[in-house]
Amino acid sequence: MNLSISLTVNSVRRDVELEDPRVTLLDLLRERLHLTGTKKGCDRGQCGACTVLVDGRRINSCLALAISHDGADVLTIEGVAHGDQLHPLQTAFIAHDGFQCGFCTPGQIMSALGLIREGQAGDDPERVREGMSGNLCRCGAYSGITDAVLEVEKSLNEANQRRSA
Amino acid sequence: MKTFHYIRPASIAEAVAAAAEPGAAYLAGGTNLLDLMKGGITRPSRLVDVSRLPGLDRIERLPDGGVRIGALVRNADLAHDPDFARSYPTIAEALLSGASAQLRNAATVGGNLLQRTRCGYFYDVASACNKRQPGAGCDARDGENRLHAVLGWSEACIATHPSDFCVPLVALDAVVEIEGRAGRREVAVEALHCLPGDTPARESALEPGDLIVALRVPGEARAFSAHQRYLKVRERTSYAFAMVSAAAALRIEQGTIRDARLALGGVAAKPWRARAAEDILQGVRPGPDAYRRAAEAALAGATPSGDNQFKIELAQRILVRALTLAAAGTPERVAALPASPFSTLPGALIDA
Repeated sequence: MNLSISLTVNSVRRDVELEDPRVTLLDLLRERLHLTGTKKGCDRGQCGACTVLVDGRRINSCLALAISHDGADVLTIEGVAHGDQLHPLQTAFIAHDGFQCGFCTPGQIMSALGLIREGQAGDDPERVREGMSGNLCRCGAYSGITDAVLEVEKSLNEANQRRSA
Repeated sequence: MKTFHYIRPASIAEAVAAAAEPGAAYLAGGTNLLDLMKGGITRPSRLVDVSRLPGLDRIERLPDGGVRIGALVRNADLAHDPDFARSYPTIAEALLSGASAQLRNAATVGGNLLQRTRCGYFYDVASACNKRQPGAGCDARDGENRLHAVLGWSEACIATHPSDFCVPLVALDAVVEIEGRAGRREVAVEALHCLPGDTPARESALEPGDLIVALRVPGEARAFSAHQRYLKVRERTSYAFAMVSAAAALRIEQGTIRDARLALGGVAAKPWRARAAEDILQGVRPGPDAYRRAAEAALAGATPSGDNQFKIELAQRILVRALTLAAAGTPERVAALPASPFSTLPGALIDA
């Protein structure tokens, strides 16, 4: 059985030889590619700490077999900033105290990126909270997280309005 | 997790042949299966990865006005398909009330239909469970069972079916297309899932190798699109399974209910169609008295399987609420909190 796969991770092509079909995308990122920004919380799809974008969509990488995602385009928290320039979501999380211990934060930010791309929530706080419900925060920074996501959604809306004006 | 052979078939025929072997399981989105494998609840020796089979990821409008949904369409894509959401709003709302955005992006239509129960004793391999290990007994019978079944249960098993999606599907007479060793056949979603009886390990009408390739919702169901809702009581507002849920769809003409479709979730080992309640509503004027009579008929055969007497009354109230909201009219857009009784939409009595 040929278990070699090829992924694009944060715009870089990575060829990986899998010795075992059980490896999840999460474990591949952390253990094989040493991208430890993506966190292993529950490892059962209940907490959202392992959220990454696969082909532009947010998923739980703990419930994805790496072998099944051969050829996928993966974006992790390591690929979000441009050098030292933080992504607006990262800046907003800092500005609004969207975290305390920080363990869930990579998953929160990747999930928020997915939420914004989906375009369903807009700047409605209730829709943002609902859309982020797959990411648990044990420190209870939800209020700051919601404010951070709303700020970015609002600035995107304003930018879009300026463009269409 | 037990190790397995990984197979990625190129065609449906190859997939069916590979999965007909003992110990084989299909892998699609993996959101339920991988969780079960990590817990040692399911231990397949062969995984047949159907996630890339061609042609199963389309949503097609049929000549009769119905829709055919490929088994690999992701839950989120179906819920946000504009034509689908307009035609079958209660199905879209049910989909969006289930799991989290991440899981809905990965989970497939076919996988959701075959989702396993969330009974804690099924998940705990140290507990006795007739579903997991036939003849072992049922620790849920004398255990923590306030969320367990009140309809169709047996001494062997009191687990419930967890799917939200399946509840409006059953109400609206959806059908699954199955490819198997003997060719293609169709089964109504209502007949897909089994009640436990003495054999709770048998959960569906599927045979070894059978692959769900598509789901069809009939064109007639569009007649209900103006008046339908899905409502779901959870122990938290979002990202939780139903304690009780209800799908209600009405066809109202000149102030009279011409036709009703009702189903309940979280009450039995299968999504529960409430035909006796539908009959009561036919030809009557919409209103609380009629809704209450229908709800009583829907739960007439219910008995508690443990500390869950409250679910019988709760199910009736949630059915009344769903009917009230359906009669008020399908909202333009799915509510910010899909299916939540705490919705900010007007038209519902919170204490109905």
